[in-house]
Amino acid sequence: MKFIDNDQRPMGHGRMLRKEDPRFVRGKGLFVDDVQLPGMLHLAILRAPVAHGRLVSIDVTVAEAHPKVKLVVTGAMLAQRKLAWMPTLSHDVQAVLVTDKVRFQGQEVAFVVAEDRYAARDALELIDVVYEPLPVVVDARAALDDGAPVIRDDLAGRTDNRIFDWETGNRAATDAVFAAADVVVRQDMVYPRVHPAPLETCAAVADHDAVDGALTLWCTTQAPHAHRTLYALIAGLPEHQIRVISPDIGGGFGNKVPIYPGYVCAIVASMLTGRPVKWAEDRSENLTSTCFARDYRMRGEIAATRDGRIRAIRTDVLADHGAFNGVAAPSRYPAGFFGVFTGSYDIEAAYASMTAVYTNKAPGGIAYACSFRITEAVYLIERLVDCLAHELDMDPVELRLKNLLRPDQFPYTTTTGWTYDSGDYEATLREALRIADYAGLRREQAEKRARGELMGIGVSCFTEAVGAGPRKDMDIAGLAMSDGAELQVHPTGTAVLRVSCQSQGQGHETTFAQIVAEQIGIAPADIKVVHGDTEHTPFGLGTYGSRSTSVSGAAAVVAARKVRDKAMLIASAMLEISVTDLVWDAGRIHVVGDPNSSVTIQDVARWAYGSGELPEGVDGGLAAQVHYDPSSLTYPNGAYICVVDVDPGTAVVTVRRFIAVDDCGTRINPMIIEGQVHRGLTDGVGMALMEMIAFDDDGNCLGASLMDYLLPSALEVPDWETGFTVTPSPHHPIGAKGVGESATVGSPPAVVNAVLDALRPYGLRHIDMPLTPSRVWEAISSTGLRESTA
Amino acid sequence: MTGLFEEIRDEPAADVPVRRVAISVNGERRVANVEPRLLLAHLLRQGLRLTGTHTGCDTTNCGACTVLFDGRPIKSCTMLAVQADGHEVTTVEGLAGTSELHPIQEGFKDEHGLQCGFCTPGMMLAAKALLDENPDPTEDEVRWALSGNLCRCTGYQNIVKSVLWAAKKMRGES
Repeated sequence: MKFIDNDQRPMGHGRMLRKEDPRFVRGKGLFVDDVQLPGMLHLAILRAPVAHGRLVSIDVTVAEAHPKVKLVVTGAMLAQRKLAWMPTLSHDVQAVLVTDKVRFQGQEVAFVVAEDRYAARDALELIDVVYEPLPVVVDARAALDDGAPVIRDDLAGRTDNRIFDWETGNRAATDAVFAAADVVVRQDMVYPRVHPAPLETCAAVADHDAVDGALTLWCTTQAPHAHRTLYALIAGLPEHQIRVISPDIGGGFGNKVPIYPGYVCAIVASMLTGRPVKWAEDRSENLTSTCFARDYRMRGEIAATRDGRIRAIRTDVLADHGAFNGVAAPSRYPAGFFGVFTGSYDIEAAYASMTAVYTNKAPGGIAYACSFRITEAVYLIERLVDCLAHELDMDPVELRLKNLLRPDQFPYTTTTGWTYDSGDYEATLREALRIADYAGLRREQAEKRARGELMGIGVSCFTEAVGAGPRKDMDIAGLAMSDGAELQVHPTGTAVLRVSCQSQGQGHETTFAQIVAEQIGIAPADIKVVHGDTEHTPFGLGTYGSRSTSVSGAAAVVAARKVRDKAMLIASAMLEISVTDLVWDAGRIHVVGDPNSSVTIQDVARWAYGSGELPEGVDGGLAAQVHYDPSSLTYPNGAYICVVDVDPGTAVVTVRRFIAVDDCGTRINPMIIEGQVHRGLTDGVGMALMEMIAFDDDGNCLGASLMDYLLPSALEVPDWETGFTVTPSPHHPIGAKGVGESATVGSPPAVVNAVLDALRPYGLRHIDMPLTPSRVWEAISSTGLRESTA
Repeated sequence: MTGLFEEIRDEPAADVPVRRVAISVNGERRVANVEPRLLLAHLLRQGLRLTGTHTGCDTTNCGACTVLFDGRPIKSCTMLAVQADGHEVTTVEGLAGTSELHPIQEGFKDEHGLQCGFCTPGMMLAAKALLDENPDPTEDEVRWALSGNLCRCTGYQNIVKSVLWAAKKMRGES
């Protein structure tokens, strides 16, 4: 008997098991490092041991003599081919291999290609490099000091480490509100450097065909089409000769958006050797050299009336971008969407200023489910609101309820110029309060406090901005942020949907089939979703910033509706009646008032490819393609409540409960949304309590392995409690908003707010993440109160 | 590894000793010549083309390479292939035949215990070792048994539910 996986035929939205799972649970996924091609060679990269140092000499003769080594390449050799530097996604350049000097520890210096990966790594140890150490810039503030070492002396005319200054909002209006405000609270806070650390690291297999000049690149990329275009620009290869295949990806989380030197090295190596070449980095390479996240030092200020009416927000940010500006943000948004820092509140005036600097660290900044810096924006506002509650001695929920935007205010344009599409924030928060039994929690806390126990309740009410974005002002490297979808219905009534987004575990193969199923009445099991291969999918910008549902999802809907419109026309010929006398009913087209006079979408498909007569001006076949330009972003929101216990003896924080209510409009697959939320909440607990990429004064990376970069295991997270409200996006074809990053964005302030709430007896207002036992212990000790309360 | 013609690639340098190992992998006897330094994970993945076993770190933390070694879970990135000589190894490919699923695989599918799928093989084998020893574990016991396996996608809760689902099914209660 044949076993049929997922033998279920639901139609449209609802819980549906994943079409992806049968291969993954059998070990039959295809990840990049699983690709093995005849004659394939292995590439390994020599990395800099110092953070800042001039390259004095590099001797590769011994390595080249290794019997299994085919090729050793240095920066000088790449420079001869004008490939030693490559453009980043933000109008900067990044060294592929060092030619002049090292700018961060772990930077790529040379590469070896050998018969196997062990030999390639052996040969790395045979390369002799001499560096002349240079003074290191680790602290972002010190980067701006007069006389600070200039990291980017490769850029003409560079005399300092300032990358850009940026501002948003109205400074004068904001200053005026602050000057007249009853209450002003100021709090400095650091969102520390963390790393998305997908379980699968970055990898590529390059296969350049010397005969026909075609390049095939298997690669861990979240944006295969954009990468293809950039390779055409970088390497000067004709774009039609480049095929990028992003197969199964073992998690991305923004880490796999940029182009890394390793990919370029693999391509060069395949061209030079005439053989396929695989590059697969190990964990320490991933943590030390690929796209980090956050690293914002924020001075936040909030102005309010004495009775708790928030009036204005002001902030000044110092952004550490590392040695190359590689942020993957829309071109006109160097600080991403940080401008949404006014959050879920009705605020009169706001102003943000920012300076971004180079330091001797790996490049990155936008990654780890940040929705283009909204993690930082939400952390700022949600911490500031709690600091204000602390100052006013007011319940943080009461303060939020007083200031949340009301449903009748949408569409709402913030004082910094973002037009929120829809929301019922109070309903979302009330649902969270209900699930949590907030009043009961406060009673429990009061009892425990009386006994000297430290229990904390933290709240976060956030607004996201996802689905970048309208082509009129959003592009990456000159490419409009639109996405394609092609839907083809076969003669026998099954279908293929080809999309430009690229799943890294978010379940697109399932949910996109559901989206199309609801529109055209073909069961999801009969719809195959193809993604990740530039040869077989339409152009688009890929998956990050929770943009798949908002943009590609909309494209799939519109393509399906085009197919449906055509099916109606064909049905009118089949039933010999005017199309205006037909109605669509979930896969059946019937005559108005006569449900028995009908054809199915499958009947229409057969007719479309058959010999039956077609209406005037209608072609045969049943397919449609769309390139969707979103009119706006979608703005999902959420209300989170975290409950922690802090051990007064050891300062260990335990997250006991976490209640997450999300509103992402129309919900396509609740099971998958819940899984996305669970993931993001785990990110939040990790960032708030455990994770940090730190550096010592010499620029040595101190978070370079999973021994030091701590990720939550099953023991550090609780059973999550999730809920939802539904406020559809008015401009999205099915009212759906993105949601993938909401929990990562919304949860860290809830955890931190909870810990600070637990520490109220000590009078502490803020501690910087990660709230490790040692940091909490130090903070408690600094109050001098520990002895008396312990 | 057998046939009329076998291309000899990856020939070790002359001074590298090679050992012949015979390992029972998923019930099948596999014989290979390996360098002593070859990690078991790499023998499984590159040598035997069993690519369901993954590697997610270089410090033995993540557990994506977990396989069963004489029935016990081990991290195959931290064992040499030569150490497996004469032993039995079970990988994800050996959990069930092609036409059916092991209850643990069914559990992960039914409870949405996976997303990107990269930790899944190691996670399921760690779960199998637990259920072989303890057919009726509590949620806490499941969390402890899986604490050597990191997942970046699921937040663990659905994995715990998957394992409890499988335990129930294996006990014949559903």
